[in-house]
Amino acid sequence: MAKEKEPKQPMPPFGAWAPAVALGWLIPGGGHFLLKRTGRGMLLLVSVTSMFLCGLMMRGAMFQPQTGDLLTTLINTGGFIGDICSGILYLLSVWLGYNQPDVAGHVHDYGTKFLVTAGLLNLLAVVDAFEIAAGRKD
Amino acid sequence: MPNMTLSHFEAAILFSLFTAVVLGIVTKRSDRERLQYGIYTFVCFVVALVGIGWLMYFGHG
Repeated sequence: MAKEKEPKQPMPPFGAWAPAVALGWLIPGGGHFLLKRTGRGMLLLVSVTSMFLCGLMMRGAMFQPQTGDLLTTLINTGGFIGDICSGILYLLSVWLGYNQPDVAGHVHDYGTKFLVTAGLLNLLAVVDAFEIAAGRKD
Repeated sequence: MPNMTLSHFEAAILFSLFTAVVLGIVTKRSDRERLQYGIYTFVCFVVALVGIGWLMYFGHG
């Protein structure tokens, strides 16, 4: 039996979710703090920040957007977007001069993945903050 | 910034831990469900890690 399609939920007003989303991007868990979900916000802050710091200490490389063949574009642009999603952590490390070249070795490789994943996890946290601010989730 | 050198296993466990915490927090609706899902995700990561590790070991001969 075909599953009935859920009715599309109306978009909540911009002012209701934008501050939580913006703060959530800038500071991991910030959106949850703003929405008074302190415990969850703290866990997100600790997890994302620890992951990012581990990536830095493993000397992971930051991606720069590059064009070329499809795979190069996907990996570098996708990685760059992932890095940027870490918000202030990314901005601070770039402003403070972190510029690790991509070198061979499993530790550096893990570091690069840690940096990107920290950003992607922060993106999940931002989406969660949006859902809470929009009233779609407790 | 201090340098951190980890083995494959240590790095993958650390990765699993952080990821499981965040996935547990953002996916479920009650604290109990979050804790259960976080632990479940972490165990899945570790099982996949060990399983794929053995697979690669046998694959290399």
